Order: sequence, then structure tokens, then C-alpha cells
Amino acid sequence: MGVLRMQQKMAGQGERPAGMPHTLAEVFPANPSDASATGFMLSRLPRTNAPILWVQDRLSRKEAGRPALAGIGLRHPIIMVDLSRAADVLWAMEDGLRCRALAAVVGEVWGDPPALDFTATKRLAMRSEAADVSCWLIRRAASPDLSAARDRWRIASLPSETTSARRAIPRRSALGARSVPLAAQQARPVGGHP
Amino acid sequence: MSGRRIVSISLPQLAIERWTKVMERQGNAPPDDIPVVLAREGHHGPVIHAANRKARMDGVHPGARVVDMRAICPELQVEYADPAGDRAALDRLVLWARRFCPWTARDGEDGIILDTTGSDHLFGGEAAMLVEMETQLSLLGLTARLAVAPTWGAAWALARFGPVRSICKADEAYFKLGPLPVAGLRLNSDTVLLLRRLGLKTIGAVMDVPRLSLTRRFVKAGLDANPLMRLDQALGKLAEPVSSRDAPPVIRATARLAEPIFDPTPHLPDLCEDLCDQLKAAGLGCRALHLVVYRTDGDVAEVTVRTSAPTRDPAHLHSLFRDKVDRINPGFGFDLITLAAGGVEEIAARQTRLDGDSDDDLHLTRLIDRLSAKFGARSVTRPMLHQSHVPERAEAALAALAEAPEGQAVVVKERPLRLLDHPEEVRVLYAVPEGPPAQFVWRRQTHRVARYAGPERIAPEWWKDRPGTRLRDYFKVEDASGRRLWLYREGILGDGRGQEPRWFVHGFFG
Repeated sequence: MGVLRMQQKMAGQGERPAGMPHTLAEVFPANPSDASATGFMLSRLPRTNAPILWVQDRLSRKEAGRPALAGIGLRHPIIMVDLSRAADVLWAMEDGLRCRALAAVVGEVWGDPPALDFTATKRLAMRSEAADVSCWLIRRAASPDLSAARDRWRIASLPSETTSARRAIPRRSALGARSVPLAAQQARPVGGHP
Repeated sequence: MSGRRIVSISLPQLAIERWTKVMERQGNAPPDDIPVVLAREGHHGPVIHAANRKARMDGVHPGARVVDMRAICPELQVEYADPAGDRAALDRLVLWARRFCPWTARDGEDGIILDTTGSDHLFGGEAAMLVEMETQLSLLGLTARLAVAPTWGAAWALARFGPVRSICKADEAYFKLGPLPVAGLRLNSDTVLLLRRLGLKTIGAVMDVPRLSLTRRFVKAGLDANPLMRLDQALGKLAEPVSSRDAPPVIRATARLAEPIFDPTPHLPDLCEDLCDQLKAAGLGCRALHLVVYRTDGDVAEVTVRTSAPTRDPAHLHSLFRDKVDRINPGFGFDLITLAAGGVEEIAARQTRLDGDSDDDLHLTRLIDRLSAKFGARSVTRPMLHQSHVPERAEAALAALAEAPEGQAVVVKERPLRLLDHPEEVRVLYAVPEGPPAQFVWRRQTHRVARYAGPERIAPEWWKDRPGTRLRDYFKVEDASGRRLWLYREGILGDGRGQEPRWFVHGFFG
């Protein structure tokens, strides 16, 4: 599966050092309808069976679809929250970060809503660090302006590598291994991080 | 068991009659001359759970498959059965039947057992009592068959297979049961079939077989499959008491106010505290709270909150009302507030950790409660896999408040990470009739297909889809920029199911 392949590909490429607390990470997919950001986020979730709280706003759901359980796998049960406003998404994420039983809180926000300002990201980051639950904010069609997120990722997809085995079949080009260029946009040590 | 009088009420049409009544209340009940059936899921597609009178007259019988019955009766209207709702309705009916005697119990999925020993004289004898019961049930819109006998087993058999409103005196059971079919012995279907194959068609025939040979044959069988024990129960040689279940206690906290007020918020903490004390004393927890205010102009307003796990924590229950209280229209004020617990279940007080910190599951259920209370139960869901090849049916969203069912389907094929709710139509350049896509226009942008994998053919589910639904050929394609999409072509050119096939984008791979 795509996620697994990506995990192998990225082994050692950005592993979180042990002992580092979970925090808020922002992901900016280069193309709004690209699912590689979702795959990247899933590959970095902790290896537990804890559930994920997944909050989506209406436009993200309409434009980029909903996460499909059949593709994501059953390791983490998902609690899906469908909302219409970005302010509600942020409220639900903050509320979810009070619960330490979760593996992650994932929020998808479309564009640059006024509710998602520096203060809002700061609140999410602090809550996330206090509860030690990783928090992912997937921002589509958004401009990466001021934010308190400790990690910020810009993610795009690259064409597949063609494998020699596949090349042997001339008329049919197959999909090879996945590679994703990752750009860690801002990884600054802020407040207490080693 | 001597001297007992047991009434068995059989409600053979409970499911369809309850459904009709619900539809009547909603104002869209079908006319009597339309055949309607209720279906439930079976191993090979839906099967018929109950049928209305017109459908039964057309030859539809419960237990058959819906597709087979559609062939007999093409204008059949199929609705989904609600067995859990029927069971709850029957439980309420059991309590309702306490008007006739104080000792009533549920009997399977469609029956009630009443121990009317000593209460028949209140209605003027047993015959009059049975008439009264049938009248009251028919006023509720329910068809009932009744019988009274000295034992549960005899009453059960006479109600289902005996004459109308039959009354069996203490020493008549042997003679009255004799001509009834063996199905009246409350055996499972395999044993009934076995007895019929042995040539024992009536209960009388089973009675005539020597006890020793029956014992030898059925010595290891359970109660369900043991005709001898069932016969002894029916004849009163084996005790079978009616165990009556008490109605759940009503747990309610009330605040009577001296003056009408407009905002119940200041009274809520005390009411929650009071309610939770009552729940704690009874060892119970509640899954719903109904806040009712009685207005001075005689009107009543209600607000309900629900929880995903039974609870009796006053602070948590109070927090769920935070945004809901504003929805109460106070009118000229109200002077009586009640807070009632619904969905009452037993919970044990437990401590999971020695340091007094609470456990993680509790936090999760409370999070679901808070989110559902704020955004509505429909917004918070728990997706579950469903056994289906059609991608949009492979996932069902259950309300997160509900209990999680056991066991999920397994994924066999690679599926995209994200799916669109509604597949988006694209214009595609492809080699007619079954070639892969070479170029497509989606969201006003032209994409060239660099690589593809597929097709994976998914046929429509004929037992669910309407006739003429076209098959789908799914392709996993990658465009020049490396994005991976899941495209499908609906139908093949010349499959006789419509015009040229159309193409859709359905999902995205990571």
C-alpha cells in the first residue's frame, strides 16, 4: 500500500527523536487534491492502536474528499467530525487535545480563514504539547503565513520511479514506487525543545 | 404448577402493524391495496421479515428472499424492518399488559405471557378477560391470538395453533394438545423437521410414543430440541415459572420555583447533583438526560442531551447542557423544572488506577459526548468497513454515540486514501471501447496520464442496485506531475445499458 511504501522510503528521513514531545505540525499540500499529505501524516503517527480524531471543514471534504477507511487501514479507529466552519474545526481540535487517549488530532482547514491566526495555532501547539498528543493541521489552498506550529511541511508528489521489471513490459506503463519531496519549511526550536 | 392460570398472547403481525402505525402517524401510510413488506438482511441478500395483508394474499411469505418475491409480485414495496424497535415496543407492551395481572413476561420475539392466577374474576371470568385483552390490543392496532391454560407450554401451543380464545381447564391439557401439530411444542425447526420425518405429526402422536424411546433418542438434546421435556412442561410435570421483570425505575430530579424564571442555568448544577446521587444510590448510570421546563402558560419545552457511555458524573452531565439551554423558549417564564434520566443502565463503580487518575477510555467517551452535544450527533461519526465491493458502500458511518459493533470487514484490494463523496465527471480521451485513459479534463484542467494500473472491474450489486446499473472499470492513473487518481469508466460501449460510457474521478492515492 502507498503508505507502507512511503514509510519504507522515508525510513530515517525525518524520524522524530525519542523523548521529543508530540506537537503541532502544519502540512501544506502543493496541490489541494493531492492525497500525499494525508499519506505523509499517516506514516508519522505513533505505532499504537489509539484512535484518531479527524476534523474536516466542508470545503476540504468537498474538494479533497473524505479519508477512506479501506485505504487508511484499521490500525487506528477514526472518529470523524464533519463541520462547516473553520472556527468549529479549531474548537473541536482543541477539545480533542484534552484527551490523552488519542493517537492524533487531525484537522483539515481550507484556505486562510480569519479564525486560524497566530493565536489559534499557538493554543493548539500548547495544548498538544501539554497532552503529548500529536496534532496535524492540513491546510489546503492556504498561504503559509505567521504560525506557532513547530513543524511546517510543504508536500508535493513526484512522478514514480520506473522499475526495471516493469520496463520489460513495453506497452503498459505501471506505477512504481512513490517518492515525495518534503520541504521542512520551518523547524525552529521554540520554548523548551532540545 | 397446579392451580396456575397462564395466558399466552401471540402477536403474529407485530412488525408490520407497528410499521403501519408509525407511517400513519407520519401521514404517509400506504393504502391497503399496495403490497408492502419489511425486509431484513439475510445471507444471500435481503429476506422478508413481515408482509402486510395484500402481500400475503399475493403469495409473499416471510423468510423468502425479496428478489424471489418480486418475481411473484412485481409491485412489491420494500421497506427495512426495525427488529430492535420491535423488541423495545414489545418490552413496553409487556409493561402495558400489567393492567390485566401483576405478573407478565416477554415470550420470544412476538409474544407475551401473563400469569392471571386469581385476577380473572376482575373481568368477569376467563372468557370475558380474553375478550377484553383482545379488544384492548386491537385498539392499539395489533392482531392477537390468545389462549389460557394451566402451563406456559400449553397456552403457547393453544394460542398459536388452537381454536380462537381457547380456554384449557386444569385437567384438559392432555386432550386439548393432542390434535395440535408438533410445532406447538416450542421446538427449534430442525427438531420439528426430524419429528415430522419420523412420522410424528401431532403432539398426540408424540405423547403416544413410549417415554423410554423418546428419552433414549433425545437424552443429550437441550431444552429447545427435546420434545419430551417440552411435553412435560406443557403438561405441567416440569415446572416453568413466569419470571416477571420490573419496570426500570424512574429517576428524576425536580425543582419547584416560587416565582416564574426565564433561565434554568442556575438550577442545573443542583438538579444534576440530585439526579446523580439518585443514580449512584441505585447503582445506575444514564445515557440521556431530558430537561423539561413547564411554562406558566401551560406549554412544555424539552431539551435532551445524550452520552456515548452510561455515566453519573454531575460535572460532565452539566457541561453537556452548556449551549443547549439557550434553545429553550421560556415564554412568560416557567416555575417547574424536571431533569429525568433516560437510557438507564447498571454501571459498577470502579477504580482502574491506584493514583486516583481516571482512565483513558472515560476521557474518550466524554470527548465524543462533548462534540456530539455541541455539533449534533450526526456530525460525529465512527466510520466502519462494510462487506461490499462498491467503494461508496464499503464504508458505513455509525454515530459515534452508538455502541461499536464487533468485527469489521477486511480490505482485499488496494484502495485510495481519500474518496470523493460524489464522483466528479471528467472528459477523457481513451481507446474505445475498453482502453485506458490517455488524457482527461478535470476541474477545468487538462491532465496527461503518464502511467496507469488497471482496470479493476467492479460489477453492480444486482440485489441492491436498480436494473440497468452499469459496471465500473477502475484505473489507478498518475498524471505528469505525479498525482495519483482513481478514475472509473461507467459501463462499456454497447452493453445495452445507455449511451456512451462516462468517466468519473472517485478518489486519490497517496
